[in-house]
Amino acid sequence: MQTGTANGTAETGRFGRFGGRYVPETLIPALDELAEAYAQASRDPGFLAEVDRLAADYVGRPTPLYRARRFEARAQVAPVYLKREDLNHTGAHKINNTVGQALLAKRMGKPRIIAETGAGQHGVATATACALFDLECVVYMGTEDVVRQSLNVYRMELLGAEVRPVDSGTRTLKDATNEALRDWVTNVGDTHYIIGSVVGPHPFPLIVRDFQAVIGREARRQILEVEGRLPATVVACVGGGSNAMGMFHAFAADEGVALVGVEAAGEGLGTGRSSAPLSEGRPGVLHGSLSYLLQDADGQVAPAHSIAAGLDYPGVGPEHSHMHDTGRARYASVGDGAAQAAFRELPGLEGIIPALETAHALAWVAEAGGRGEIEAPVAICLSGRGDKDVVHVAGLGGGAAAGAGA
Amino acid sequence: MTGARPPGRIAERFAGLAAEGRAGFVPYVTAGYPTLDHTRELVAGLAEAGADVIELGIPFSDPMADGPTIQRSSQGALDAGTTVGGVFEVLAELRGRSEVPVVVFSYLNPIHSRGVGNFVREAADAGADGILPTDLPLGADPDLEALLSDSPLDLVRLIAPTTRPDRVRGIAHASQGFVYYIARTGVTGARRELRSELAREVAAVRAVSPLPVAVGFGVSTPGHARAVGAAADAAVVGSALVDALDNGGVSGALDLARALRTALDEVGPAVPPGTDPA
Repeated sequence: MQTGTANGTAETGRFGRFGGRYVPETLIPALDELAEAYAQASRDPGFLAEVDRLAADYVGRPTPLYRARRFEARAQVAPVYLKREDLNHTGAHKINNTVGQALLAKRMGKPRIIAETGAGQHGVATATACALFDLECVVYMGTEDVVRQSLNVYRMELLGAEVRPVDSGTRTLKDATNEALRDWVTNVGDTHYIIGSVVGPHPFPLIVRDFQAVIGREARRQILEVEGRLPATVVACVGGGSNAMGMFHAFAADEGVALVGVEAAGEGLGTGRSSAPLSEGRPGVLHGSLSYLLQDADGQVAPAHSIAAGLDYPGVGPEHSHMHDTGRARYASVGDGAAQAAFRELPGLEGIIPALETAHALAWVAEAGGRGEIEAPVAICLSGRGDKDVVHVAGLGGGAAAGAGA
Repeated sequence: MTGARPPGRIAERFAGLAAEGRAGFVPYVTAGYPTLDHTRELVAGLAEAGADVIELGIPFSDPMADGPTIQRSSQGALDAGTTVGGVFEVLAELRGRSEVPVVVFSYLNPIHSRGVGNFVREAADAGADGILPTDLPLGADPDLEALLSDSPLDLVRLIAPTTRPDRVRGIAHASQGFVYYIARTGVTGARRELRSELAREVAAVRAVSPLPVAVGFGVSTPGHARAVGAAADAAVVGSALVDALDNGGVSGALDLARALRTALDEVGPAVPPGTDPA
């Protein structure tokens, strides 16, 4: 593992003007303690070696970089590589972060872990790391997501976690995060909050990015091995943005590499039923950091919507806001329908069932490829597998394998 | 930072309390809950019932420092269509009939969204005396903090039980009007008991604070108010008043307010440790 603190964010807590620590005073000492513990750990060869060992022996890294030839034909662009984070233990990239943060919690002597989850993938990955390290685990999950992702609720319970349904607000990831923060404010002495994305107060966006940056480091090395060149375009879906930041970080200094984040347009931009703050939000403060945010004229946070529970969030990580403003990355959006179509299509083309979240990135590549607007080679972060979504999508009707590879 | 500004209504009120040897009563109201009409009636009644400072809470969609009661009242206020502008109108009406100091209590985003300068100007024009952003701890955003502390409003700052001693001093000296001590590690909400360590912690804050110290979070009953009043300069009561409003309407909330005021008047002067009350 390597850490990336050369830009001064470790000291300032800022990505450009974004980020920061807008939290109740009660949490300040815990954030100071966490920043200090992380700074020490990230200089400790023993800690870094332990993260690397677990990544190899437990998570299953490195994950393959797979060339998706039938998808290339469909998307009319080649070559296209899929970074197979779905093949990680627990089925998504989330475990890269939870194993690292659980190790950090152990190091800090915190016996109790809390987490928020939307799609349930982060909750499962947190419950898994807690089982591994014998930590108490409480996961907050919006009641709407508990229904959408019932399989993951059962997985978390099997793993020994307590799932606490959150019935306030929009009953999704945003509200689960509020409730996790309230728990942390109350139990901050013995509890570490394993936040699941590159969001929240400093140092969380930095820590989560560093633990996820293994995705892009591997992908960069792998594509250089097979192609002898860097990708022209790197694509990932963006909710809070952890798989995207993990994928982008290693390429950030490669100026010729276009970085594209794909937000969820839900029922369409401008409908009030989307989750695309970088496309149609403005800077604001939610969950402890300044970043682009869906909000009304009075500064009330607007409800987000996406077919993908993991993208159903009105905010986004502050580093993405910075990359958006500097132009280092660009952010597109894909709606529920196109994402659902991509979800149904990839299994028949490649024998891979992608998560609905990931399907947004696939759909964008297919659309942009069809218009000839994407440069190859393309590397897509296949952030998670879609088993968790099968029941939900089946319930939407239209039959299985609609349009797949025909 | 504080020295150049003339003493406002808040400082005058606390000076008056100190001279009379009384502890202050600071009720919190979620503006717009259940409607702004109720708030209009409630704040006027609180002023008459002996409130020394009123904390007027701007409802926010994601109140992460609040427990179930104020989450519910905030959502209720938003569901009733409460806007920041509407809250300022109610404040201006109150100011037409009462000189009670008012602190606008808000999460940062409604302030940020309006533009800090705009928010502060509108609040001051409506008659606010102070501003208390829940999620703007000392040092979080020096530029924004300077905008607030250089404004006509007192920037009231919070100290928590988890705050380290060196930081306690820094916050107390950066605060304006008064210092708000959070009575427990946790979110807002009525409680049966206050923690036994509270009086000692408050004494430690008062020992280093140049400003009066108000104590809130979980202060729910006249008995709590007496205990807080004996240790601090003022007691803040929020969730218990919201509960009383739910159960007994505005008159129910005002009954509790009067009982709290009476209880606070029963305690003697809380002399700050290490200071000479000259």
